[in-house]
This record gives sequence, C-alpha cells and structure tokens, in this order.
Amino acid sequence: MENESRKNQLWAFIITGFFVLVSVATYAYNEFYIYLSAYLWFGFIYGMCLQYGRFCFASAFRDLFAVGVPRMVVGIMIATILFSFVSAFVSVTGMSTFHAAPTGLHATVAGLIFGIGMVFAGGCASGSLYKTGEGNGVALTVILSISVTQAIFVDIGGWFNKLVPESWHQSALAKKLPESINAGDGWVDQYLAGYVWDRPVVKFSKMMGWSDTSVPGAFVGDFLVGVVLPATVLLLLVYLIWARKSYLNKLKKQGVGTASFKEELSGYWGMITASKRTALAGLFLGIACGLQMFVIEGLRIKFGIKNAGALLSKMGSDFGLSVKGTVFDPGYWYVTTQEAQWVGWVFNKLGWDNMDNIYFGLNNGIPNPALNPADWMSLALIGGAAVMALLHNEFKFKKPTLELATWALIGGALMGIGSRLGLGCNVGAFFVRVAMGDTSGWLFGIGMIGGAFIGVRFFNWWTERKMAKEMASFNF
Amino acid sequence: MAMKFEKKEEGTFMLDVQGYVCPHPQIYTKKALEKMKNGDVLELIFDNPSSSESVAAMCDTTGDEIIEKKNESGKYIWRIKKG
Repeated sequence: MENESRKNQLWAFIITGFFVLVSVATYAYNEFYIYLSAYLWFGFIYGMCLQYGRFCFASAFRDLFAVGVPRMVVGIMIATILFSFVSAFVSVTGMSTFHAAPTGLHATVAGLIFGIGMVFAGGCASGSLYKTGEGNGVALTVILSISVTQAIFVDIGGWFNKLVPESWHQSALAKKLPESINAGDGWVDQYLAGYVWDRPVVKFSKMMGWSDTSVPGAFVGDFLVGVVLPATVLLLLVYLIWARKSYLNKLKKQGVGTASFKEELSGYWGMITASKRTALAGLFLGIACGLQMFVIEGLRIKFGIKNAGALLSKMGSDFGLSVKGTVFDPGYWYVTTQEAQWVGWVFNKLGWDNMDNIYFGLNNGIPNPALNPADWMSLALIGGAAVMALLHNEFKFKKPTLELATWALIGGALMGIGSRLGLGCNVGAFFVRVAMGDTSGWLFGIGMIGGAFIGVRFFNWWTERKMAKEMASFNF
Repeated sequence: MAMKFEKKEEGTFMLDVQGYVCPHPQIYTKKALEKMKNGDVLELIFDNPSSSESVAAMCDTTGDEIIEKKNESGKYIWRIKKG
C-alpha cells in the first residue's frame, strides 16, 4: 500500500511537471502562449476542485431524487454564490468577459434534454471530464459521445430543414449573415438565427433598471436578487422536503420533542455544512471562476486583442478561424464547445466542409486543438483531477462494460444536443449564467431538474429489475 | 463486471458494484438496504470515488451505520449496518 502511494505521488508529480514544462517551454518559444497557459492553469485548478469535492452537477438533483442526499445541491449553490460575488467585482471593474444569452422556453427544453442525458451518462459535462482524470473509461466514452454528437448536430441539414418552421427560415435569412454561412440551410443555423437570436436578453440588473457594470446592478441586481435570494429559497425547499425529516429524527433520539425556530435554523445550517469536502471545493471553485475572467481580460488588454483568434493569427496559425477571424474564447470556464471543436477539426481534416454553419463558421471556428485555449483548459482539467485522485489513492483505470457504455453513448448524445440547444452545458448555460445574473441560466436549471427526475425514474425501474433477478436465488 | 447481490450468511449480505458509475452504486445500495432487516450487515464493494460521498450522506440521513471503511487502491470495501 505504501509502495502504491509512493508510485501515485510520483505520477502526480510527473503530470504536474508536464504542465509546468508545457507552460515554460511554450512561453520561451513565444510569449503569446501565456494566454493559453492561463486557460491551462485555471483548468488544472478546476480539475483538482471537482475531484476533491466529487463535484458533479449531475448528482445535485439526481442524488436528491434517487437517494435523498442534498450535499451536491448545497455545494453547487455555495460555488454559484461565491462565483457570483467575485464576478460582481469583476463586472464593476469592467473586466467581465461574460455575454448574456437570449432567454426563452428553449433554455428549459434544452435543460430537460441535457438533464436526462447527464443522469444516463452518470455525470454532467464537467463531471465527465474530472472522472476521466480518475481513470474512468465510462466518463471518457461520455466525452467522446458529447463531442461527436455536437459536431454532427450543428451541421445537419437536408431532410432536417423540413422540420424548420417557415418563420424561423425567413427570420434567419433576414439577418443577412455572410454568404459563406448559408443561414437558410441547416436546422441549428435556422434555430439560432431564426428563433434564439430573436429572444430578449434579460439580466436581473437590467430588470431592476440598473446597468450590470454599476455597483447596485452587479451587487444588488445580479448577485443578491439574481443569485443569493433564489439559492436561499431553493436550499430552504431542499431542507423542508429532504433534509428536515432526518434532522428531526436525530433530535427526537436526543430527547427533543418539538424543534424550535433556532433548532430549525441549526438544521438548515447543518445541511449546508454537512459535506465539508464539497463545500470547500465549491468555495475554491467559485473564487477561481471569477478570477479567470479577470486574468483573461487582463491578458487581452496586454496583447491588444479582443479574441484569441487574433492571437492565433499573430502566431501564424490561421486555419479554422471563423469568418469574423475569431475562435471560441469565452474567458471563463466552459466545457462543451471545445469538445465539439476538436471533433469538428478532425471531420474537416477528413474532408467534411463544416465551416458553412453559424456555430463553427461564424462564431467559434475549428482551430488546431493543439492551439485552442479552451482545449488546453479541458485537458488540464483532466490532468488536475488525475493529480488529486492520485494523491488520494483514488485513481483507477476502469474499462466500461457494455451496459455502461450504452448509457454513456445515449447520455452523451443527449447532453450534446441539449448543450447546443441551450447554448452551453451545466457550466456554460447554467453555472456561469446564473452566477452572472442571467435569467436564462435559471430556466436551463429548471429544465435540468426535470430531466434529472425523469432519468432517476428510469434508473429506479431499471435497477429494481436487476435486483429482483439477483434476489431470486435467496430469501431474506 | 455485472452487479452482484448475494447473501453471505444469515444477516450478512454482499453487494458488488465495481465498474459502475453514478448513480448506480448509490441506487443499488439504497435498494439493498431497504430490503434488509434492522441489524443486518451489508458488505458494499465499489470503485467509483464519487459514490463514497453520496453513500455516506445517504446512511447519515437514513440512520444506517457505516461500521468499517477500507480503500484498497481505488477499491472501496465498506460494511454498513442497517439502522
């Protein structure tokens, strides 16, 4: 066991050393690489936090519905509140890289599809990344499925064009996008340009009549009203429905008949602090997420750019830039788009002309994965999770069974489709948007809760069936 | 590896969910404990680190007691007494 521990520590050291070497060597080659390294190290921190806290958005409502455990809802709400608080500072300084998304029912439908997918897959988009770092083959299968599904989904046309309402088609054409995009062709193009872009962008600060860069807008509108208030109410509901009963039972065992208001408050607080590991991870995650925006915007100012596409051009790599000369460069934590991009890049190299759509051709591009900042972040996230798992002797290579590979493929595909309909995953469409006071984040979240409920109902039925088979051979 | 649920001896059961990812280990554990009698012991074997937090929190909620925890290079062996 001690030998095993030493071996694991050595591997953790090697992985960390590899990322240090990449950062130092690339910086020595060209200082612009510091931009990619910034993404890399934030990804590394996210990976460590996620693995340490077993931080998976999928388990939030899934574990509540399946086994009555509220720890992850609590962890996520803590992380969101802290992220939002740090973000409010960043917004006021004018350093925020965030752009709010159009709000509408589509966010809830997307969240529902994504929610079912994440329960089937056994982890959300970010959870699958950190679990891959633990050596989990199922999680890697999920990532592959999300990546391939997105890359195909954003470019489907042909027969699927018949499913596009005429109003979307006309509205997409009226946007007068560059000819190379051909916005009147492709289901997702017409969904985006013909429907989503026509929805309003609604932030809590704007609803209250403030600019989101003003102190009252950022701190009262987007932070207090947009995050703290709904998170407190949500946690109160979770306490009343799931945690209160067991807390009262414990009090009864201690001889307390009826709980006073003070004891109820103590129970509520006890639920929040029940999993220190998750709460601590949420705390660091929230702070790191806010800081990333600050650091990336600072580097943009230093290099005189607004998007990494300009940096890649200066570095002599202009393949796969969008028609606007940009690449996907959110400036904050994101997961799914870079997964679509690397498969999109592979498809393109294999001869698929996939730059005639909005997703790749107009917005995100398909840069070489070796130079894609967001890809550096995701790979380092896997590395950071591996380091943390190794340090706790929790790393283990696991091949997926046929059963789990099937759920992983189905779940990953649903998450891929949900991500593209919702313009992001559990991180980009929920966590970041909620923290920034964007109402569409909560709408996506409501959908995810519904999806988790449906997914759990299915697995309850599935596992009950398998347990009955196992128990046929003995009596209790 | 397929899930295994066996009766080892009177009052002792074994649930092996190695290879399974969330939410399977915690759902199977919940179902196994629900079917057992108070005082029965479940030997739970799993290798999904995330499930450890969920199973521990679940036992705390239901009043089941984790009487032994072992981690052998990523393989967890827990003994849970139904409360």
